[in-house]
Amino acid sequence: MSVRANGMANGVAVGGCDVADALIALRDLKTQFGDFVVHENLDLDVKRGKILGVVGGSGTGKSVLMRAIIGLKPPSAGTVKVFNVNYYRSSEDTQLSVERRWGVLFQGGALFSSLTVAQNVMAPIREHLNVTEDLARDMAALKISMAGLPSEAGAKYPSELSGGMKKRAGLARALALDPEIVFLDEPTAGLDPIGAAKFDDLIVNLKESLGLTVFMVTHDLDTLHAACDEVAVLAEKKVIACGALNEVRQTDHPWIQEYFSGPRGRAALAAGEP
Amino acid sequence: MADSAAKFDIDLLDGMLALYPKGDWRARAVGAVDAKLRDFSDDSVGRDLVIDMSGVERLDTTGAMMLQRTFHACTQRTEASRIIGATDAHANLLDQVRDHLAPCHIEPMQPNAFLQVLDRLGEGVADAYHAALQLMSFIGQTLATLFRVVMRPARFRWTSTFHHMEEAGLDAIPIIALMSFLIGAVVAFMGAKILRLFNADIFTVELVGIAVLREFGVLLSAILIAGRSGSAFTAQIGSMKIREEIDAMRVLGLDPMETLVLPRVLALVIMMVPIAFIADMVGLVGGGLVAWLAMDISPALFMARFEETIILNHLWAGLIKAPFFAFVIAVTGCFQGMQVAGSAESLGQRTTLSVVQSLFMVIVIDAFFAMFFLEINF
Repeated sequence: MSVRANGMANGVAVGGCDVADALIALRDLKTQFGDFVVHENLDLDVKRGKILGVVGGSGTGKSVLMRAIIGLKPPSAGTVKVFNVNYYRSSEDTQLSVERRWGVLFQGGALFSSLTVAQNVMAPIREHLNVTEDLARDMAALKISMAGLPSEAGAKYPSELSGGMKKRAGLARALALDPEIVFLDEPTAGLDPIGAAKFDDLIVNLKESLGLTVFMVTHDLDTLHAACDEVAVLAEKKVIACGALNEVRQTDHPWIQEYFSGPRGRAALAAGEP
Repeated sequence: MADSAAKFDIDLLDGMLALYPKGDWRARAVGAVDAKLRDFSDDSVGRDLVIDMSGVERLDTTGAMMLQRTFHACTQRTEASRIIGATDAHANLLDQVRDHLAPCHIEPMQPNAFLQVLDRLGEGVADAYHAALQLMSFIGQTLATLFRVVMRPARFRWTSTFHHMEEAGLDAIPIIALMSFLIGAVVAFMGAKILRLFNADIFTVELVGIAVLREFGVLLSAILIAGRSGSAFTAQIGSMKIREEIDAMRVLGLDPMETLVLPRVLALVIMMVPIAFIADMVGLVGGGLVAWLAMDISPALFMARFEETIILNHLWAGLIKAPFFAFVIAVTGCFQGMQVAGSAESLGQRTTLSVVQSLFMVIVIDAFFAMFFLEINF
């Protein structure tokens, strides 16, 4: 706990983000590429059943943070605990069991280009679950429909899909194993405003109905207002503020003030208020 | 509790079918029960059904979907049919999946096999025709660009050309020399074994000399360059195409033919002659070494015999082909790079195609030269 107190002394502690009931807990995290340090002494908790939006300027390592949590970028110091398991210190079996409990939507969808959408969704099902082909098909159909795609989309190849459909198909694949946590890397980037708003709704809806916990990297102020329960701001190599949007917005940090008080921030705020 | 696999009981309740699912109805636990549940719903189509959820310990969308599927398959939607005993969370899940039960398409529709074969055959022929036309047009464009640049030499990209001369030419010499050395040695060795039967060991010199100078030196260089640089040209230009760099160049008034294609083509054409010459020499050394070590033909004897029997024509016959091979390899490589569209997958296909096509054309051209030299007794 002393470590944590230390971390908070450096950052600006705002309510929320308590240790209790945290599905993801990062302590003293340090990541680097060669000599270039991306994060240092970074602490973050993600609570069960919440949508956390991670914001920060370009190059503050939002995506790197996500990759560190999902096991793609081993940190050079500190601990990453997901479901109370230290992923990087675990046996392969434990890692696998953790991987089956999360779903990841990469920025471009990262669909397997040689498979149709339905086959993409079925890939993790076939690999990890002991189910018949019929059930796998039914499950794929369910996820595809829940992700908001028409049934014809199942037979399409990723190259035939628009950007928004790719994201939805990627989300369907991320949901394939009924994960408890879903990681979304800039889910609304590159979508038109209408598509982005629909995607926000979809995520809130899925969170409500499936009890998902969502870790979302985003640039989109509208998404922050529309979808996120909590916001974590990355700057100066750590989380400088974390909590409900209203609280974070009050924080007296130049970047945060500029981010939320800029023309876009005000517009999103105005739109977000009923 | 979590380990109790999904199962279900069937009973009658007030004269209606009743289904009692029990245990863990999550995706990882329902695999075994799915087939039985399907049998049950096939058997009871059209009957009223009550599903009592009270025995379900855990549920996720997959389990909820299976139960809803069964419910909708069986019931006649009368008031009597219902799902009872669900906790709030489970009821919520059941509600959520209800609208998403429609099956979806898994694979694109396939027309029948015979039509498909015909379709692919026709497409292949049409593609080959168009590709040939496009390649011709590309060669024409390259030559036109060359002509334009010759008229206005200030526009020539020296830096780029020298860069490619180094990368595609100079850097390739060690590997080409090694291969050529080995081939020269192998030819000498194979030839010597047969020639010895006729007591004609000394003809090994002619064999090595003619084979290496006329064919192997230049052909081997061309094959290695096609694999090494032709594919690299496709990959370089192709990835620029994917990142829209080529479009950016056009918009900025830079001609990609002038800035990308011409330097590569010229670099390879210029470098191919010295490369082939080096390959020739190293091949002869390899052959000579084997002749000396395995057949006691001393270097002095080898040289004397070589001077006596091998006329310079053999060397020219080989080297004259080098620029043609280089031109074909570089143009094909650049052409395929320009044909890359959209995805990284297309880049991979085009790179393969570039190597296959340039090797094919190199060998066709080689055959033409062989016939031509035969006719003119060169």
